[in-house]
Amino acid sequence: MRSGSRRRCARSLALVDGHASRRNEGPQVVACPDGPFLVRGDVDIVLPDGTPVPRTRKTVALCRCGLSTIKPFCDGTHRASGFRTG
Amino acid sequence: MRIPSARGEVSSRLFALLESPTPDSREEFASAVGAALAADPDLLADDDLQLSLFCLYELAYSGLDGVADLEWDPGLLAARADLEAAFEQQLRALVPVPALPEPTADAVAALLFDQTAPSGGRSLSRYVAKQATDEQLHEFLMLRSVSTLKEADPHTFAIPRLRGRAKAALVEIQADEYGGGRPGRMHSAIYALTLRGAGLDDTYGAYLDAAPAIVLAACNQMSLFGLHRRLRGAAVGHLAAFEMTSSIPNRNYGNGFRRLGYDEDVTWYFDEHVEADAVHEQIAARDLAGGLAESDPDLIPDILFGAGASLLVDGLAAEHILASWEAGRSALRVPAPVRA
Repeated sequence: MRSGSRRRCARSLALVDGHASRRNEGPQVVACPDGPFLVRGDVDIVLPDGTPVPRTRKTVALCRCGLSTIKPFCDGTHRASGFRTG
Repeated sequence: MRIPSARGEVSSRLFALLESPTPDSREEFASAVGAALAADPDLLADDDLQLSLFCLYELAYSGLDGVADLEWDPGLLAARADLEAAFEQQLRALVPVPALPEPTADAVAALLFDQTAPSGGRSLSRYVAKQATDEQLHEFLMLRSVSTLKEADPHTFAIPRLRGRAKAALVEIQADEYGGGRPGRMHSAIYALTLRGAGLDDTYGAYLDAAPAIVLAACNQMSLFGLHRRLRGAAVGHLAAFEMTSSIPNRNYGNGFRRLGYDEDVTWYFDEHVEADAVHEQIAARDLAGGLAESDPDLIPDILFGAGASLLVDGLAAEHILASWEAGRSALRVPAPVRA
């Protein structure tokens, strides 16, 4: 039990500004300038009716410009359309 | 990998040496390399030298069939270093490097996004989407197989050469490239499925003979950047530009194969890259290239050089294919082996 607890502890370490830290261990959403939302960590993605969206990779990019052909995921179309977030 | 057909004096001497490393074969290879480089070759167009470099690099990947373990052979490394020096010199002369941005992740990412912005000009991917014939699609798959059956491997060499944010970013991208722990989702494995689905051989190196110098150069520059710690900035810049010019073209490629009736086994590779590289380009621009620029500002010129080299050489390879097809020619160097 004790060794299991130590393993969990080690897994929760993250690098912040190049130094090991216990912060930032939960899910993370990065709002990319002029681009998608990048989602890291254990987050369920569901459609409005609650249907789970199959997720095949650990980190995903969610469409923010509305033009993706593979919504809710990003397909890079924002770059061709000149989408701006700010 | 099977040893391919020689394309000239240097590659034929190299293959003789690899099959029988004797003092004589070593001397003949070294002198052939010296003579070839003394003639001031155009490395990007030199079939003999690019093939030789490709096979020398292969000793550091999965090796060559029937060849002893010569990865760290001093004579071969010396010859490789001479070829690499000439190749790098030519790339540095040809690749335009823009004015240096501020050494911040935001500024470097913004510059890379600007340099890799989608354009409306001639495009191999739009040609594939709209008008490529079945034969041309097969040529496209064969030429891409040279690098794609070892997709991600060249940049992986850079991982232990990075630290902190840039290293975590590269590992995050590469882990996805390698299927996140599922061998069947490795991008190289998905590409093998595409080849088989199109009736092609998925053996690594099966179509090497068909690949012209510029296609080999595009592959070799990744190995050049990946295998030298000194060039880690270029490896990072190359991967960033590669990922940042991938999603939209891959949608076009997938559409081209769908247009000619290919099923999901064939199009999965391209569709996978539409989604994956929309993720990777954000990580590569901001955390990988941007993170490295902040931790090692001295590497910013090489980050931009690597990105420019990717755009230039991959662009020339695409242009070769497009120009060949538009002129009604095959883009292959020699006809492909007959399909089973």
